[in-house]
Amino acid sequence: MWLLKFSWKNMWRNRNRTAISMAAIFFAVILAVLTSSLQEGVFDNLVKNVVSFYSGYIQVHKQGYWNERILDNTFESTTLLENKILQQANVKAVAPRVESFALASSNEFTKGCMVVGISPESENSITNLSSKLVAGNYLNDNDLGVLVGQGLAKRLRINIQDTIVLIGQGFHGAMAAGKYMVAGILKFGSPDLNNQVLFLALPTAQTLYSAEGMLTSYVLSLENPSLLRETAQHIQATIGSNYEAMTWEEMMPEVIQHINTDKGSMLIIQGILYLLICFGILGTLLMMMVERKYEMGMMVAIGMKKKTLMQLLMFESIMTVFSGCILGIIFSIPIVYYLYVYPIQFTGEFAKAYADFGFEPIFPTSIEASIFIKQGLIILVLSLLLALYPIVKVARLNPVKAMKK
Amino acid sequence: MNTSTSTVIDAHKVSRTFNPETIPVLAVDDVHLHLERGEFTALVGPSGSGKTTLLNLLGGLDKPDKGIIHINGVDITKLPANKLIDFRLHNIGFVFQSFNLIPVLTAKENVELIMQLQHRKKTEIAERVKILFHQIGLEDKVNTRPAQLSGGQQQRVAVARALASKPQFVLADEPTANLDSKSAANLLDVMAKLNVEEKITFIFSTHDARVIERARRVITLVDGQIHSDTARVETNVPHEVDKLKL
Repeated sequence: MWLLKFSWKNMWRNRNRTAISMAAIFFAVILAVLTSSLQEGVFDNLVKNVVSFYSGYIQVHKQGYWNERILDNTFESTTLLENKILQQANVKAVAPRVESFALASSNEFTKGCMVVGISPESENSITNLSSKLVAGNYLNDNDLGVLVGQGLAKRLRINIQDTIVLIGQGFHGAMAAGKYMVAGILKFGSPDLNNQVLFLALPTAQTLYSAEGMLTSYVLSLENPSLLRETAQHIQATIGSNYEAMTWEEMMPEVIQHINTDKGSMLIIQGILYLLICFGILGTLLMMMVERKYEMGMMVAIGMKKKTLMQLLMFESIMTVFSGCILGIIFSIPIVYYLYVYPIQFTGEFAKAYADFGFEPIFPTSIEASIFIKQGLIILVLSLLLALYPIVKVARLNPVKAMKK
Repeated sequence: MNTSTSTVIDAHKVSRTFNPETIPVLAVDDVHLHLERGEFTALVGPSGSGKTTLLNLLGGLDKPDKGIIHINGVDITKLPANKLIDFRLHNIGFVFQSFNLIPVLTAKENVELIMQLQHRKKTEIAERVKILFHQIGLEDKVNTRPAQLSGGQQQRVAVARALASKPQFVLADEPTANLDSKSAANLLDVMAKLNVEEKITFIFSTHDARVIERARRVITLVDGQIHSDTARVETNVPHEVDKLKL
């Protein structure tokens, strides 16, 4: 107990030095938490944007569909299966789809396109499709019209109320052909979607492809996206091996690759930040050792074991570092929360590029508790490792040399 | 070698050379020294004569290249580093020239520190602190930090701290070097009183004639060797010391 009391007194022997050390740790924690939470927030937002564009967080297909995306790999739509999926914890909404390809023709032009049969209401609850409508009306459940991507409409030189003809191959090699009126034009951020997608009401699409009652996928949105893998595993276990429950990560590995590359770059930046912090803390430790060299020599001379002196210095370091870390975490919470509620907004060309891509032009933060804990712990561990420096010096301390003036 | 029960220090053929591989400096050269319990001894000599080195060797702060040093019958030259620290804690008291006290602790806490290192009971510590502060005449300064004490008062607290562990002897390295005459006299009074009344052995290294005057034995070092060793009862400055023009 006396050693703790002694450490506490030592900690405040040079208030400025202690304040500098604590401030270095305090700002280090705030900066580390902020960069990490911004990084996580931006990635979460990116995933939210990508997922809500089209894929959803999880999709259920017939086993093998994702490797060979043809209509022959469809499955029968049943209320039982849909309910099984919907009843899973964390599943927010389910939307059925039939997806295939067709040749789209207007009066003068023809272009290959992706045809998606959707349940308009369910689809809207997941991808917010109606918000992408720039002209015309959204579909209803038994609509005979089509929604066309803006790029595709431009290519075919069609507008609302115009007619579009679709020709393709249906279920089990059947001929698929139909003539539809353009009900609306959609604008997507993704050029791929914008230039080639076309939506039909589900029954209309099933009729086109002679696949009545058949689906290529169920698209799912989740209450808590962080439980993505666990949810997919539960669904897979419930629906059995005739189906595949795939996460967006499995369906779009390129997005994960992009995030990982970005995280790698961020790690280098964080590494530099940690390095600067380490130099700051080490500077104060060096000052402290020089200032107290005589005293440490004297304490060993009068009979303080080096082990006790090391404990004394360790307690001092722990108290300083811990105070800095705790204060840093406490102060970073409102800052991160503020930026979560009022995210940093891009402006100018950058914002336009984001908006064109259909992404929100914002830098949101993530308020995951693990970020605060992880960054606090990293700084704590780094600081404590640095605190080993005085301990090593004490281990090598020669009282006679230390007390030489 | 004298090993009677009253022997506190028995150093035999002790030598210490610094920089043996570059420019060797023979700081202590073949010194024989025998100190009995209750002595009040001054170690004198010009600068560089090896006083502090000999004091460090006797205090177990440094190890001789040759020779053996028995403290209370224990050969301290054979003790491993950790045991030596423990030995110092229980057997030797130190008073240094300056920067003697820990600035963040009060006078009382500085004295208590030694006993806390010895894992003494709280009641025992409190009792001993009371006695020691009475002996040094600073009962009213127990809760004062070193910065608020005069140099003389700080050295008296240092003496109390040196005595806190109930050591075999106290080594004082130029204890009056930074003190004015009055403070030096006060400090010497305290130490002389403790020597006479409590039979505490004191060994000083000093240049200070005021200290030498009060010593009952004066050992003069020249070039690391004992030049003279004079025991006396009266408080006159010994002839040998005078010759060296300290």
